[in-house]
Amino acid sequence: MTRYLLPVVALALLVLVLLVGLNRNPGYVPSPLLGKPAPVFSLPRLDDPGRTLSNADLAGDVALVNVWATWCSGCRQEHGYLLELARSAGVRIFGLNWKDDPELARRWLATLGNPYAAVGVDEDGRVAIDWGVYGAPETFLLDAGGKVLYKHIAPLDAQTWQAEFLPRIQAARGQLP
Amino acid sequence: MSGIGRRGWLACCLLAFLLPSAWAIDPEPLIDDPARQELYERLTHEVRCLVCQNQTVADSTAPLAADLRRELHALVVAGRSEDEIKTFLLDRYGDFVLYKPRFQGTTAILWLAPLLLLLGGALVMALVVRRRATLPSDEDADENTSTAAGS
Repeated sequence: MTRYLLPVVALALLVLVLLVGLNRNPGYVPSPLLGKPAPVFSLPRLDDPGRTLSNADLAGDVALVNVWATWCSGCRQEHGYLLELARSAGVRIFGLNWKDDPELARRWLATLGNPYAAVGVDEDGRVAIDWGVYGAPETFLLDAGGKVLYKHIAPLDAQTWQAEFLPRIQAARGQLP
Repeated sequence: MSGIGRRGWLACCLLAFLLPSAWAIDPEPLIDDPARQELYERLTHEVRCLVCQNQTVADSTAPLAADLRRELHALVVAGRSEDEIKTFLLDRYGDFVLYKPRFQGTTAILWLAPLLLLLGGALVMALVVRRRATLPSDEDADENTSTAAGS
C-alpha cells in the first residue's frame, strides 16, 4: 500500500506546484521600492520646461505617480479612468512622461484631457530607471512623506483602484496626525 | 552568365545569412580600458531585459534595454565595481533583473533545488539498489512471475 502511496503523493504535490505556477503572471516583477522612499528626481515640466517637478512637489499628501507615454496603448486605455479619478477621487495624480516626444505628449493632453496635477518629462528614460520602470503604464502610490506604498503595473481600472489603492490611501491618511 | 557565376551567388546568399549576427545592436562606444570593456560586455550579458524577459540587454533591441546598456556603460566608465553596479540594478528592479541572482533567503531554493533533487534521486536509487541486492534471486524470480500473472 505504502509502495503506491509515495508516488501518488509525489505526483499530487507536483501537480499542485505546477497549478500554482500556471496561475502566476510571469510578466509581473515585484518592485524592490515598496516601503522605501521614492527615488530622488527632478524633471522639467511638460507644460513649462523652465520649471521642474521634483519629490518636494509630491509631498504633503498621498500622491499617485503615473508613468505614461503617447506610444503606449495601455496608457490610452486607462486615460479615461485617470480623468475620472482626477475629478472625483480627491488624490493628486502626477505624470511621468516616459521616453516620449514632449510635443506629442502636450497634444495628447490637449485632445484627451489632462488628469495630471503636473507632468515631468523623462525623455531619455534616466529617471524611469531609478524608479525601476519597465513597462508603461505603471502607477505608484506614495504616502505624504514620499514613501512608496504600492506599485501597479498595467492600465489602472476601477477594480484595482477599489481593491489595492483605496484601502492603502485610507490607511495612509488615517495615520496622519 | 559570366560575372560572379553560380558559386558567387551561392556565396552571397550564404553570407546574407551570416550578416544579422554581425549587425551590432549595441551602439555604445568601446571603452579604452579592455578590462572595463570586458566588464561592460559581461554585465550586459547577465542583465535581463525586463520587457522581453527571456533576453539579456545585450541581445535586445527594446528601448528599455538600450537605456539600461547606456546606464551600465556610464557606470562602468565611471569606474564603479561590478558589485556596485549589480547593487544599483537590484535596488531598482529586484533579483529578477540578474540572470544569475545572488544567493540569499529568497533565492536559496532556486540555487539549491537541483542539488536537493540530485541528492533525493541518489538516495532513492541507493535504497532500491540495496533492497534488490538483499533479495534472494529465487524470490525475485517468483515475485516477477506472480506479478506477470497479475495476482
